[in-house]
Amino acid sequence: MKYRYNYENGVIKGNIHSLESFGLVDGPGVRYVVFMQGCALRCKYCHNPETWSGGGSLWTPQQLFDKVYRYHEYWQNNGGITVSGGEPLLQIEFLTEFFRLAKEKNIHTAVDTAGQPFTNEPDRTAKFEELMKFTDLVILDLKEWSSEKHKALTGKGNENIKAMAVWLSEHGKDLWIRHVLVPNLTDGEEDLKAMGEFIASLKTVKKVEILPYHAFGMPKWEKLGLDYTLSKTETPTQDEIKRAEELLGIKNY
Amino acid sequence: MIHFEQWDGFRGRLWQEEVNVRDFIQRNYEPYNGDKSFLAEPTEATKMLWGELQKLQKEERSKGGVLDMDTDVVSSLTSHKAGYINENMKDLEKVVGLQTDKPLKRAFMPYGGIRMAEQACTTNGYTPNPELHKIFTEYSQNHSDAVFSAYTPEMKKCRHAHIITGLPDTYSRGRIVGDYRRVALYGIDFLITEKQKDLSQCGDGVMLDEIIRQREEIAKQISALKGMKEMAKIYGFDISLPARNAREAVQWLYFGYLAAVKTQNGAAMSVGRISTFLDIYIQRDINNGTLTEEEAQELIDHLVMKFRMVKFARIPSYNQLFSGDPVWATLEVAGIGMDGRHMVTKTDYRFLHTLENIDPSPEPNLTILYSSKLPENFKRYAAYISIKTSSVQYENDDVMKPVWGDDYSICCCVSATQTGKEIQFFGARANLAKCLLYAINGGVDEKEFEQVAPKYAPITSEYLDYDEVIEKYVEMLKWLTGMYVNTLNLIHYMHDKYYYEAAEMALIDTDVRRTFATGIAGFSHVVDSLCAIKYAKVKTIRNEQGIVVDYEVEGDFPRYGNDDDRADDMALWVLKTFIDLVKTHHTYRNSTPSTSILTITSNVVYGAATGATPDGRKAGVSFAPGANPSYGAEQNGLLASLNSVAKLPYVWALDGISNTQTINPDALGHSEQERITNLVQVMDGYFNQGAHHLNVNVFGTEKLIDCMNHPEKEEYANFTIRVSGYAVKFINLTRKQQLDVISRTCHKVI
Repeated sequence: MKYRYNYENGVIKGNIHSLESFGLVDGPGVRYVVFMQGCALRCKYCHNPETWSGGGSLWTPQQLFDKVYRYHEYWQNNGGITVSGGEPLLQIEFLTEFFRLAKEKNIHTAVDTAGQPFTNEPDRTAKFEELMKFTDLVILDLKEWSSEKHKALTGKGNENIKAMAVWLSEHGKDLWIRHVLVPNLTDGEEDLKAMGEFIASLKTVKKVEILPYHAFGMPKWEKLGLDYTLSKTETPTQDEIKRAEELLGIKNY
Repeated sequence: MIHFEQWDGFRGRLWQEEVNVRDFIQRNYEPYNGDKSFLAEPTEATKMLWGELQKLQKEERSKGGVLDMDTDVVSSLTSHKAGYINENMKDLEKVVGLQTDKPLKRAFMPYGGIRMAEQACTTNGYTPNPELHKIFTEYSQNHSDAVFSAYTPEMKKCRHAHIITGLPDTYSRGRIVGDYRRVALYGIDFLITEKQKDLSQCGDGVMLDEIIRQREEIAKQISALKGMKEMAKIYGFDISLPARNAREAVQWLYFGYLAAVKTQNGAAMSVGRISTFLDIYIQRDINNGTLTEEEAQELIDHLVMKFRMVKFARIPSYNQLFSGDPVWATLEVAGIGMDGRHMVTKTDYRFLHTLENIDPSPEPNLTILYSSKLPENFKRYAAYISIKTSSVQYENDDVMKPVWGDDYSICCCVSATQTGKEIQFFGARANLAKCLLYAINGGVDEKEFEQVAPKYAPITSEYLDYDEVIEKYVEMLKWLTGMYVNTLNLIHYMHDKYYYEAAEMALIDTDVRRTFATGIAGFSHVVDSLCAIKYAKVKTIRNEQGIVVDYEVEGDFPRYGNDDDRADDMALWVLKTFIDLVKTHHTYRNSTPSTSILTITSNVVYGAATGATPDGRKAGVSFAPGANPSYGAEQNGLLASLNSVAKLPYVWALDGISNTQTINPDALGHSEQERITNLVQVMDGYFNQGAHHLNVNVFGTEKLIDCMNHPEKEEYANFTIRVSGYAVKFINLTRKQQLDVISRTCHKVI
């Protein structure tokens, strides 16, 4: 998978799906959330499949920053900017430039990613390292533990995603880990246990969250003419959520 | 310098030389920086009385909204014997006084309009005494009949077509706030002496219209003051002298307010800024050891219960405009003084705490004069109360203080006036969305197909041209503002003549300043329509006579509510153009004109009376309320919407810019503490940008739908929500208005 670049007259542009001025769950405090266009994963439960491919609108880092900075009055000392998607790391150069502008104004920055574009190739990690200079928090989705199951769920394996988590841990970068809990799909006991042990081995995890599966995305799949395979799947019960939380050991964070 | 022993322990001098409550407050109040932990639970007496009152409210609902009505006695200061929540429990009431002889019984008030007073009775199944009809039609004039006798045919047409709406021409105008604190601080006798001095110094002997009128008005004020003493006597109190302690201060002040609501049935009958004032009395008694915290809270709980009992007899068309039986007993807390000290006292907490002690309630209309510089503890308590009750509103003290000082009261929903120094002529609304349709159709109404406005040249092209529309719109606005201001001039002339607010004016300086409040309806639809015409293509759809009755929009266009300067600049242009045109016209009694973007719940009725608009809104669909963006226009979430509204300069709309937002509790944070922190940050961010007002609701649409379908559930008896400009019990809204509230954007978790 290659990074995606949009240049116009030598200025990099980000392909943006949508903007939300009032996010309160994607990072600490009040947050402005930027949803990037484009993702290489095809998660069965994806609730915004319209961000997978196709056109968003193109913004320069400065244009986007000027737009977002209008909201700094609301952030005070704990809020800030979160870039989500789609997969924000696919547009890493744009993201780096955007966050560099934010850090000039001392704004808290978070990237909400599934880690899929990460590889250990030296020139690629150099770019990632550059982005991390301007990133305060990585919110990382761990979708499955075993690579085969991850591939079945998303279309890709996850060895590189685990490697990214380790890299972040070793480089002292704050992490929030999230796991979408889908009954009879991502709730295997062995998998959750192993994932919990992995998380425990990381040194920089500040928070672990279970996101209970909802079928909110289903109408969008239908609209796009895609086959939604989880239409009979229910939202997990409180007991099921509690069990998963215990297996992941979320109380420890 | 005069002195009363009742003032022992109070500091300062100027307020003892002249009537000057602000000086008294500034010299004596103690800012409170602590948290809510000192607050007391309701006493047994409070619980019993509130239980009784809830029973009465339930009975009132089961009888269709009116418990009892007077059909024989014309309401006056002394028309009724003493009334209590429950005759057998009257010794429990720490604050006494009702509008009539029975709780929630509505008085007969014919001076604003005999027909409305009678219709209010008959539509509720009561028959007014025919003698009263005879008196008020044959022997005496009333405000409404006088107005209609003088209206021009064009004014009547505008009223009928709803291009000018909500005019106070069949009832009392309201919005005049007496400085009720004066009764407590000075006692009635001193106030009479001062007014007699004013009368003796009124004019130099040359009898001009103005002087004659003012002399008569002062004389009426003096009579009203005397009447207040008589009224208090009926309840066994002598209010000739200043109040001696906190309980008397609360009671004296309430008698001042009671005098107002016994004699006027204004749309808004505000209480004013009383919390810091009362705190001085309460603190003195607590320091003396003569009052405990439980007793202090009990006084405030009982006072608030009285404000919750104020009722007026209304007609169905009024209830459609202002749904849910509101009286706008608006009462302010907090704010910051001119010297930089915040004005939060323990009694500001006590007033908010009534929403916990005696349940959420629409009245009094509790208003927090907000600044990000208020103490953190208080901001957090206010946010906590908002999240728990959705019953309070916020107004930006940082933008109001430079204009009105630090002793202003909110005289209606959101409009400020200096307490005891100013009054406002209330002025309903001009329907600016309909005015745009008139500009397109050459003054022909798009629903009635009648020529209402002057026969200007209509637009004949298939597609609307922006420059042509703007030119014609400004011309039509010139006509509309003239018609509107002059209609109001006529109404207020008659109101002063036939329904003068003697009781309230007796508690206001004789040398009073007057503002003239106009209003805008359909704001967001005009803005979006002009954006559609400018940035997209708008095709007209005409009926057989060639009148444009619908529009088709081709392409995208920016909409107000997304922090998009293209649309928001259009919003500023609409506001500035309107207020500048209003200012070109003479306003009654040399008042200062202002405007508001505030519709109350009338957005539903105004929308119903207005044809399709070029922004894609279909004929008859409700307007967005107040300064809110149109439904469905907001694409970037709550803060983008707030930023758009925050751009409207308060100084161009000094009568207020009302914004109502609903947040789903799950969207606000995971824990209570997180929700409080986030809400405080939202308000700090919004108000620091110079925004004026915010109604905050915190609940999900599921709750609204369940409440609409199961109004009988106990849990919904006091379920209160903020609508544009006031709060209301959701079960008391009409079904159409309930659906309107539900359909509005609820800002959910993303």
